[in-house]
Amino acid sequence: MSTVASKKGIGAFIWEYLTTVDHKKIAHLYLAAGGFFFLLGGLEAMFIRIQLMKPQNDFISEQLFNEVMTMHGTTMIFLAAMPLLFAYMNAVVPLQIGARDVAFPFMNALGFWLFFLGGIFLNLSWFLGGAPDAGWTSYASLSMRSEGHGIDFYLLGVQISGFGTLMSGINFLATIINMRAPGMSFMRMPMFTWTTFVASSLILLAFPPLTISVFLLMFDRLFGSKFFDVAMGGNTIIWEHFFWIFGHPEVYILILPAFGIFSEIVPTFSRKRLFGYSSMVFATILIGFLGFMVWAHHMFTTGLGNVANAIFAVATMAIAVPTGIKIFNWLFTMWGGNIKITVPMLWALGFIPSFVIGGVTGIMQAVAPLDYQLHDTYFIVAHFHYVIVGGVVFALFAAAHFYWPKMFGTQLSEKLGYWTFIFFFPGFHLTFFVQHFLGLMGMPRRVATFLPGQGLDAGNYISSIGAFLMFIGVVLLLINIVVTSVKNKKVANDPWGDGRTMEWALPSPPPYYNFKQTPLVRGLDTWWLEKMEGNKELPPAEPLKDIHMPNNSILPFIISSGLFIAAFGAMYSPLNVVGDGKPWGVPVLILGLGIMFGTMLLRSLLDDYGYYIPKEDLVDDEGKGGRAG
Amino acid sequence: MNVTEKFTPQTWPEHPETATMEGKNKFIGFWLFLAGETVLFASLFATYLALKDSVPDASHPLAKDLFSLPLVFLMTMILLTSSLTSVYAIYHMRNYNFKKMQLWFAITVLLGASFLALEIYEFNHYVKEFGFTFGSSAFSSAYYTLVGTHGAHVTFGLGWITALIVRNAKRGLNLYNAPKYYVASLYWHFIDVVWVFIFTAVYLIGKVG
Repeated sequence: MSTVASKKGIGAFIWEYLTTVDHKKIAHLYLAAGGFFFLLGGLEAMFIRIQLMKPQNDFISEQLFNEVMTMHGTTMIFLAAMPLLFAYMNAVVPLQIGARDVAFPFMNALGFWLFFLGGIFLNLSWFLGGAPDAGWTSYASLSMRSEGHGIDFYLLGVQISGFGTLMSGINFLATIINMRAPGMSFMRMPMFTWTTFVASSLILLAFPPLTISVFLLMFDRLFGSKFFDVAMGGNTIIWEHFFWIFGHPEVYILILPAFGIFSEIVPTFSRKRLFGYSSMVFATILIGFLGFMVWAHHMFTTGLGNVANAIFAVATMAIAVPTGIKIFNWLFTMWGGNIKITVPMLWALGFIPSFVIGGVTGIMQAVAPLDYQLHDTYFIVAHFHYVIVGGVVFALFAAAHFYWPKMFGTQLSEKLGYWTFIFFFPGFHLTFFVQHFLGLMGMPRRVATFLPGQGLDAGNYISSIGAFLMFIGVVLLLINIVVTSVKNKKVANDPWGDGRTMEWALPSPPPYYNFKQTPLVRGLDTWWLEKMEGNKELPPAEPLKDIHMPNNSILPFIISSGLFIAAFGAMYSPLNVVGDGKPWGVPVLILGLGIMFGTMLLRSLLDDYGYYIPKEDLVDDEGKGGRAG
Repeated sequence: MNVTEKFTPQTWPEHPETATMEGKNKFIGFWLFLAGETVLFASLFATYLALKDSVPDASHPLAKDLFSLPLVFLMTMILLTSSLTSVYAIYHMRNYNFKKMQLWFAITVLLGASFLALEIYEFNHYVKEFGFTFGSSAFSSAYYTLVGTHGAHVTFGLGWITALIVRNAKRGLNLYNAPKYYVASLYWHFIDVVWVFIFTAVYLIGKVG
C-alpha cells in the first residue's frame, strides 16, 4: 500500500481508500480501523486495571470508571474484535474460494463505512458530555436512568455499526453460496471459509433482535415511547431477552471465525491435513445452531423459573460437545504431524489450553444453581476473557502474523512476534486466572474499587501486573508492524512454504483482479494438492478472457455520513429524556436521512455497469504472476 | 456479457432475474435479507404480544376498544390485491413485455399508496378519538412501532418501485434491471406476508383476546 502512496501522492491514496470496493483494500481498512479501536479498548482496560491495582484507589472517579468499563466492553466487542475478523475474512475468503471479489463490492464498502462512522460516533461521546455508563449490556432498568447523552451515543453508534455488520454478513453468505470456483463444493471449502459462512448466518439472524431492542430503547430515550417504563405498562425484561438473543450468538460470531483461523494454521504448520474435516464442519454448524438456544443462561438470576433455567442449562452444556470435537480434532491434527513452530503456530498452541479453561468455566456457569453464586462476580469476567482473549484475540494475533504476507506482501518479524507472545501470553494468564479466585471470594464485577483487608488485595495487584505485560506485548506487535512496513521486504506467493489453500497460490499481495483465470478446484486443500503433484500454479477452469470489475464509488461513504448526521439530530430530539432537546434536532434528523436515502436513490438511478480489463492487458501482466493462480 | 443488450421475446431468457452473475447474487442476497427482516419483525411481534393491553390504568384504551375490523379488512384486501398485481408484473417481465410490466407495477404502487393512506387515516383516528398516541402507554408504543415499521416498509417499497418505473421508462427491459424489478417484487410480497401476520396477531386477536 505504501507503493501507491509514493507513486500518486497522499491525496490520491486517501481518495482510493475512500472510494475502494476491492475486498483486499477494504480488508486493510477494517484492519486499520479495528486495530485503532483495539488500542483504544486496550487503553481503557489499562485504566480499569490501574484503578483496581490497590484497594480504595482514586486514579479515576466512580463515574469515569463506569464509562471506561462500559466503553471497554462495547469497543472491544463491536468495534475491535468483529471488524478485525472482518479484515481477515475480506482479505482471505474470496481468495480461498477462487472468486474475483465478494458478491456485493459496493455493499462491502458501505458496511465498512457504516461500522467505522458508528464507532466514531460512539467514541465522540468522550468529548460531548460523557460516555455511556451502563455496561456493554446496557440493561434498560439501568440505562433509562442514566443522565446525559452517553447511552444515546451507545444506542445510535451501535445501531449504525450494526447495520454495517449485517450488510457484511449478507455479503459473505451470498459470496460463499454463489461465487465459488468450479469444483469448490461446500465440502471442499477451507475451514476459515466455512466458519465465516456459519458466523455470517449468525449475524444475519442475531443482529435484527439487537436492532429492534436498540430501537425500542432509543424510542424510549429520545422519542417518548414507554417500552421500558414500568409505571406506564412497560417491561425491562424485554431488553434483557433481546439483548441476549443477540448477545449469545454474538460470542459465536466472534469465536467461530477464530476457530477457522486456527483450523488453517494448525494443519499448515503440522504439514498434515486437518483431522476430521467433516466433523469440524458438522461441529461448526451445530455450535451455530445451539448458539441460538442458550441465551437465557445469561438470565438465570432474572427469575424465569426453574423449568426455563433447567432447559437453558442443559442446552448450554450441550455446546461443550461440538466444541470438544473441535479441540480433539486440532490435537489429532498435530498428532504425528511434522510440526514447525512459527509465531502463528505458537498462538495456536497457546490457544488450546487457554480456551479449554474458558470452556470449562463456561460449563460451570451453565449449572444454574452454581450460577446464582457466580453471577456478576469476577469469575464471570475471568471466564469470558478466557474465551474472548484466549480464543478470539489469540486468533487475531495469529492471523495477523499468518496473513500479513498475503495482505501486504511482506512478513512480520518472527523474532519480534515471539517477544509479543512471551509478554502477552503469561500476562494474559496472570491477569485473568487469578480473577477466578477473586470472583469465588465474592468480588463483584463492574465495581470501581474495593476495601482493603478482604483478601482481594494481592489478587487484584497480580491481575494488574499481568495487564501491563499484555500491554507490552501489544506495543511490541506495533513496533513489529512499523519495522516490517519500513523494511518492506517482499515475499513470494507462499511465504510459509506449506500453504494449503488457494490464497497461497496467488502473489503476495494478489493483483486487484485476484485470479487471471478462474481456477479449477480438484479437492480439499486445493493448493497443497497441486503442489504435491508438482504443479507450479492452479489449473484454470476457463480460457483467458476479459475480466469484469466493479467501479470505485464514493457513495458508500456519503450514505454512511448521512446516517451519522441523522444520529446527531435524533439525539437532540425535543422529546429526549435528558431534557436538552434542540429545535434543530428533528430537521437535522430529516436532513441526514434525506442525504442517506437521496444517495441510495442516486445509486439506483445511475447506470453502473463496471468495466472490463481486456485480456491483452492480462497477458502483459505475466511478470506480476497471478496466472490462474 | 453485455447486460444492456436488446432482446426479443424469443431470445429473452426464461429467468431473466438470474441470467447474470449479478442477478444471481441479487437474488440470493435479497432472500437472505428477507430472512433477517423476518427475525426483525418476529422481534417486533414478540414485543407487541408481550405488551398488548399493558396500560397504566383503566382510562387508557385497550385493543378491543380501538380496532375496527371493516377498515382493516379493506386495507388487507387492498394490500393482498397489490401483491397479485405485482405477480402479473413479473409474469410480463418473464415474457419480455415491458409496457405491461410497467403498467402492472404502476397499479401495484397505486394500491400500495391507497393502503398507506388508509393506515394514516387509521393512526390519525386513534390519536384524535382515543388519545392513543405513541407515548401514551407501553401498549401504544408497541402497537405503533410494529404497525408503523410495516408502514415504513410499505413507504420504502412505494418509493423503490416508483424509482424503478421512472428510471427505466426510456431504457426498457434488460438483464441489468430485470433482477432489480424482481427483488422489488419479492420485497413487496414480503410486506404483504407481514401484513397477514399483523392482521392476525394484532387485529383479530385484538378483537377476540
